[in-house]
Amino acid sequence: MSLRALVHYDPRIWQLSIMGSLLCLGVVFRDFSLQPLQILLTFVAGILTQKFFLHTRQLHARGLLSALITCFGLCLLVRSSTLWVHPILASLAISSKFLLRIHNRHVFNPANLGVILGLTLFPETWVATGQWGSDLSTALWLIAGGFWVAGNAGRLDISAYFLLFYTTLFFAIRIGWYGYPLSVMLHQLQNGALLLFAFFMISDPMTIPLHPWARILHAFIVAVFAYVWQYGLYKNQSLIWALFFASLLVPLWNVLFTGPAYQWRSS
Amino acid sequence: MFYLPALLISGVPLKEKIVLRKLTTLTMLLWLPLTAQAFCGFYVAKADTSLYNQASQVVIVRKEDKTVLSLMNDYQGDLKDFALVIPVPQVLQQGQIHIGDAKLFEHLDNFSAPRLVEYHDQDPCQPMVAYAMAPGSDAMTKYKSDRIADRKGLGVTVEAEYTVGEYDIVILSAKESDGLETWLTSNGYKIPPGASVALEPYIKQGLKFFVAKVNLAEQSKTQLKFLRPLQFAFESPKFMLPIRLGMINAKGPQELIVYALTEKGRVEANNYQTIKLPSNLDIPVFVKNEFSDFYKAMFDVQVNKHKLSAVFTEYFWNMGWCDPCAAEPLAPAELKQLGVFWLSPEQFSGAGLPVQITRMHLRYTADSFPEDLMFQETGDTQNFQGRYVLRHPWQGKPEQCEAAQTYFKQLHERHVQEAKTLAELTGWDLANIRQKMDLKDQSSTQTQDKQWWKSLW
Repeated sequence: MSLRALVHYDPRIWQLSIMGSLLCLGVVFRDFSLQPLQILLTFVAGILTQKFFLHTRQLHARGLLSALITCFGLCLLVRSSTLWVHPILASLAISSKFLLRIHNRHVFNPANLGVILGLTLFPETWVATGQWGSDLSTALWLIAGGFWVAGNAGRLDISAYFLLFYTTLFFAIRIGWYGYPLSVMLHQLQNGALLLFAFFMISDPMTIPLHPWARILHAFIVAVFAYVWQYGLYKNQSLIWALFFASLLVPLWNVLFTGPAYQWRSS
Repeated sequence: MFYLPALLISGVPLKEKIVLRKLTTLTMLLWLPLTAQAFCGFYVAKADTSLYNQASQVVIVRKEDKTVLSLMNDYQGDLKDFALVIPVPQVLQQGQIHIGDAKLFEHLDNFSAPRLVEYHDQDPCQPMVAYAMAPGSDAMTKYKSDRIADRKGLGVTVEAEYTVGEYDIVILSAKESDGLETWLTSNGYKIPPGASVALEPYIKQGLKFFVAKVNLAEQSKTQLKFLRPLQFAFESPKFMLPIRLGMINAKGPQELIVYALTEKGRVEANNYQTIKLPSNLDIPVFVKNEFSDFYKAMFDVQVNKHKLSAVFTEYFWNMGWCDPCAAEPLAPAELKQLGVFWLSPEQFSGAGLPVQITRMHLRYTADSFPEDLMFQETGDTQNFQGRYVLRHPWQGKPEQCEAAQTYFKQLHERHVQEAKTLAELTGWDLANIRQKMDLKDQSSTQTQDKQWWKSLW
């Protein structure tokens, strides 16, 4: 099977390989402060939780790719001084897919919820937003571009709209009105956390609105919320919090704007 | 701690010694070329005198939104030319401004400085280990150290005016950066070109400007040759340090050391990469006499590797203890003076002290740090220190016992590794290092390796 056919078969395979390589790059070259055992435990807990729910609910064996993506997401984002936080978060995040459901869809992107739970429940847990150096960010841009071209998730419109709204806000207020130099904007765009969020978290087709117009609205809400959270309230992890709160509105958008349910092609 | 096993023989510790050496900012500064100032504000010269400042040190004490900022600079120019402009979130009252004690910076510097530790290998023929610690000798760090009328129509308001210690302080608010620039210029300050562009974002966000000059009469009363640190206490949701203004008249990379004192965890930059410096490495013993050179070269390598765009963590520890100690931890009374407001007077020092210290070191240019530094207090509580280890070989001979032969073989391998480590860390020439260490060349080791069977029976 060619790469294109493979990606066409299920874009999550492409996403998994990208996240996996980013994790390797980060751990090996970037001082990600992540222990191998933390990674291992995350995956063990994540896969076991997925298996547990599939078994108890007598569902067909599926969703393993999504569980792996959640585990990669948590490893890339969450940092902790202890070993047990990562596996607990992986379990909680994946459980949420089965337990927090409205209209037969899960409400939160599991990795997003996992990070929120980590930040709120466990004191020795944090998100290192500055961990991406500019060189790795450049790589991420290239990869994301590749993902864009090859990716057939069919929901990448939301990544583009989100980046468009967020950078427009940033440009209009901080560069246009406040008068910061353009280099500040470029520095922002190089932030790996922003790109990772845009391409691999907000784009999760299972938790975003089904209708294209609602997706634009959703992207707009996330962008405005994130900007206000960071630059109006001076709080951290703005993207993560913005998606968390905006996700609560998605069931409403799905009632107001109906659209066909999303199915991973391989499912 | 993990690297100091204190095994006892008949209850008596052997007299092995670890000598500590720490690198203070001073020792680093001595090797730095004179560069223009680096600070969170910028200096505005009133005359054409060249102003130089080699490195700045900032202490940020923060819990929730309450912040105490202490600024220490190594200002070298004429005192009458000194002036400092810093954006502040609110009009500060006189009681919020304080003159700090330079000795506290010195103590903090000594306490958190990268350190060299020294061990002596034990006699391999008597395989027992014991280490004891000798107190570190404190290296001394020495720090060298007009009334303004408002003009109407410029949109500049003098919100407050105080004389605190040797400083004349004005707090300004401005509506336009051009107006502020004109105001400062017409009040005798020489504004570096580009100042108004850099001032504008702060004005648009409603920040005030803290402008300090030296009151020469008050300064002479202090009988000090240096300027004492300025401290101010304020509340702000922003955990940040405005470094951009300081780059306007900068003539090269700037050096900044930030000590963050927080209650819970390590502090890191939010909008730049924060990296722990390589640490806990064995290096050749000759470095003992050139530790400053070593550290400076290593820092250069790291800074260049990350293209001057990373923040380096040099130390993170609980403020109540240390291991090994480069200097005694600061007493609760000293911490209180630095602004640690949540300590109660009867607080005992020790491992449970609710104060963590993060020491960050950065070298930056206007291009590599386009934004002010934003920080976050993480949940990280794992200790970290810049620590470099010298291991002195045992002075016996291979013939003394069988274990001694193995020891010398391993010693050679260790030396080879130490040389490699040093070359990688500093970029120094490996051949030179090996020569300084009096290391035999590779071929003799290879010959030994070829006769591996010698130690078989």
